[in-house]
Amino acid sequence: MTIYIQLLLSFLKIGAFTFGGGYAMIPLIRKEVVDRKKWLAEGEFIDMLAIAQSAPGPISLNTAVFVGNRLKGIKGSLFAGLGIILPSFVIILLIALVFTEFKDNPGVERVFRGIRPAVVALIAAPVWNMAKSAGITWRVVWIPVVSTLAIWLGGLSPVYVVAAAIVAGLLCYAVKWKKYREHPPH
Amino acid sequence: MMSLFLLYLSYFVAFFKIGLFGFGGGYAMLSLIQHEVVEAHQWISVADFTDIVAISQTTPGPIAFNTATYIGYTATTQLGYSAAQGVLGSAICTIAVSLPSIILMTIVSYFFSRFRNNRWVEAALDFLRPAVIGLIAAAALLLINGHNFIDYKSWIIFGVVLVASLRKVDPILLIVLAGVAGYFIYP
Repeated sequence: MTIYIQLLLSFLKIGAFTFGGGYAMIPLIRKEVVDRKKWLAEGEFIDMLAIAQSAPGPISLNTAVFVGNRLKGIKGSLFAGLGIILPSFVIILLIALVFTEFKDNPGVERVFRGIRPAVVALIAAPVWNMAKSAGITWRVVWIPVVSTLAIWLGGLSPVYVVAAAIVAGLLCYAVKWKKYREHPPH
Repeated sequence: MMSLFLLYLSYFVAFFKIGLFGFGGGYAMLSLIQHEVVEAHQWISVADFTDIVAISQTTPGPIAFNTATYIGYTATTQLGYSAAQGVLGSAICTIAVSLPSIILMTIVSYFFSRFRNNRWVEAALDFLRPAVIGLIAAAALLLINGHNFIDYKSWIIFGVVLVASLRKVDPILLIVLAGVAGYFIYP
């Protein structure tokens, strides 16, 4: 079996069995990439994960592209990426084909009346835990509050919030760095 | 034919943008997706969007891919195009939302040592991490509306699921139970 097919199959498996997304799938990816295939060393995996989480896009795809590139360059990354994307693409397409037929069925509509508020609760629930784990203090609590209000009530595109946050972070660091160079501590 | 091409092009631009600015994982990307798809382009209704999120949570794969695939098909066919044109639309959306990740992580893998513990990367993330929490909160707040919350029973479901989710009950189980409850409590 060529390495390309191995990449494709490994990430197909990860793509097909990762429910819930994000953090739930990390142990599964680690087991496949580090323990079974030994494509990355443990330390390298941890560092890669930090970057895959910071970069935009789903962690699973970011990991697949990184591993594929490390092993076999761009072609490797395309096979690994395809493996991650394909299962959800096929499943959702099948659901979309079927669901558009059944959507107006009164029974289905009743089921979804129950599901819709549950979905909102599932999105709201991690906010508190994330705020704790991100170490939100009173000094920076205005950042998520202003972001929320700008998007929710102001109708601002989240694109601007993300861009503003990146620019602000870089500017703050540049100012600190300049001060440090002008007045180095003894 | 021209307008279908333009539709595909606007899919590509919207979903590429979602992929490029999609920091902070699935839920944070939801507010981006909602902004583009429901508010800016009005390809689907807010109730449809909530249904897609529900379906995404019960199927494997990242929410961003799931919504891209689903919207590409549904929005295209709702505009009167054929199922085949819908499938192509969903392929375009899915590729577009994945491309930024593929490009950026390829660059990262070549300059891995420089990105490791880089101070500028850390500085850029300093404000981004708290902002991402705001994105998720906004995604939830935008979905609290008359389409998703039709009466007091909706709020009871919301409260129960919120508490259960904070107590780490499996989200798929919660969605299934909420669906069963909806079937029996609504006429």
